[in-house]
Amino acid sequence: MVDLWSGLAQAFWLVVTLDAELVEIALRSLRVTLSALAVACVIALPLAAFVAVKRFRARRFVIAILNALMGLPPVVVGLIVYVFLSRSGPFGVMGLLFTPTAMIIAQTIIIVPLIASIAHQSIRDLWQEYHDLLISMNVTQGQKIRTLLWDCRRALLTAALAGFGRAIGEVGAIMIVGGNIDHATRVLTTAIALETGKGEFALALALGFVLIGLAITVNLAIHWLGRTEREGGW
Amino acid sequence: MMKRFALTLAALAIGTAAQAADVMKMAVTTSFNNSGLADVLLPEIKKDLDLDVQLLVVGTGQAIKLGEAGDVDAILVHSRKAEEAFVDGGFGTHRTEIMYNDFVFIGPKADPAGIKDADDAAAALTAIAEAKAPFVSRGDDSGTHKKELSLWAAAGLDPAGFDDWYKAVGAGMGAALNTASGIPAYIMSDRASWLNFGNKGDLELLYAGDPVLFNQYAYLPVNPEKHDHVKTELVDKLEAWLVSERAATLINDYKINGETLFVFNAKAAE
Repeated sequence: MVDLWSGLAQAFWLVVTLDAELVEIALRSLRVTLSALAVACVIALPLAAFVAVKRFRARRFVIAILNALMGLPPVVVGLIVYVFLSRSGPFGVMGLLFTPTAMIIAQTIIIVPLIASIAHQSIRDLWQEYHDLLISMNVTQGQKIRTLLWDCRRALLTAALAGFGRAIGEVGAIMIVGGNIDHATRVLTTAIALETGKGEFALALALGFVLIGLAITVNLAIHWLGRTEREGGW
Repeated sequence: MMKRFALTLAALAIGTAAQAADVMKMAVTTSFNNSGLADVLLPEIKKDLDLDVQLLVVGTGQAIKLGEAGDVDAILVHSRKAEEAFVDGGFGTHRTEIMYNDFVFIGPKADPAGIKDADDAAAALTAIAEAKAPFVSRGDDSGTHKKELSLWAAAGLDPAGFDDWYKAVGAGMGAALNTASGIPAYIMSDRASWLNFGNKGDLELLYAGDPVLFNQYAYLPVNPEKHDHVKTELVDKLEAWLVSERAATLINDYKINGETLFVFNAKAAE
């Protein structure tokens, strides 16, 4: 309990004094996760819409796989990305291992199935509603997908936020592919693991509180930017 | 709305950290990093050589793997046999001894196995095994773990045959100390990690001083013939610094709670 209180107090001071190291790793956390989120959305959202509107033989199979991969163990993703990016692996020449780029790749892989699954669920519901209308207008497959994505944007925001939540709190994969290098690939979660290893529970907890605060701030910011719950509809 | 969102994203993406001129990657053992010595040496290296040394803190086993794969430019570890195999295998160019510290036995204050007055390390371990007192092992193929196994072997015991009082946790030094502190159990740690450890709980240092417990650190550059992207020039520059008078002073003067941790014993590069 003592650790918890001193952790809270320490978190408060770290934030109030804008501790340089804290700001650095918090910004790196944000940069890695938001980049991964942006890439993942570009892949996952059209994929979700495509699976919703297009009828093809392996469709059920693809959906089942996407759903199953929501539970992808980060540490396994980390290991696989590591093997690919290692200098002795197929993409070794790019020298990406132990860089923020490697961390973005790993997090993208982790959250694509999650975002795609949640997005698919909402798009499928909307598609049932729009089906007859869009078919009678004789639109192309691409137009269908664009219409559904646009009209579903609020639900897609939820899918993206779920992906953000999974990525920002993730440590297993980025520890392996990033290496937790000070001033290069150290982010909040890996710093927490490090401080716990040193037995510095109060500092680890302080960083944990900062991480939770950061996640809340980002969610609020996105809602504010998107003006949800304020204007009737967008 | 989309525009504003995209702008925010772009602003974040552009905030990439500026890269210094010279950067190299070195894999070091957890015990070296936990000692806090890295925090003293790295800023000085940066000042003297304008060289950013990025540390990958892993166990010796993984450090050597990283060197073999060419994912780092040099390694700084402490497990002589593994190091020599690394050089013999052509993965490293040579092995330069830098400094040593020592291992200590930590355990519950009550000392149920009575190792406090043991004659040597082997006697202490035998006492623990006879008392079947909980003992936490790193179990992660690190230098410390290998050392511990060699000590059990020297005492004529085989951890493979131990009951569940012997707990191989498969974790770094800090995590293993956390486990030992929670049980509480006996554990072998390097002195530096122990002194810097923040969650001592009911544990205390019970046995130290047997010469077999000395722990030699060596610096091994990765062979550029195997991996041509290795920054040999920077690696050599760092090695020259590590064996210099300046490094000697910094290493010998590094103290925690008034205790000297490392003894510099490098000779000029072979």
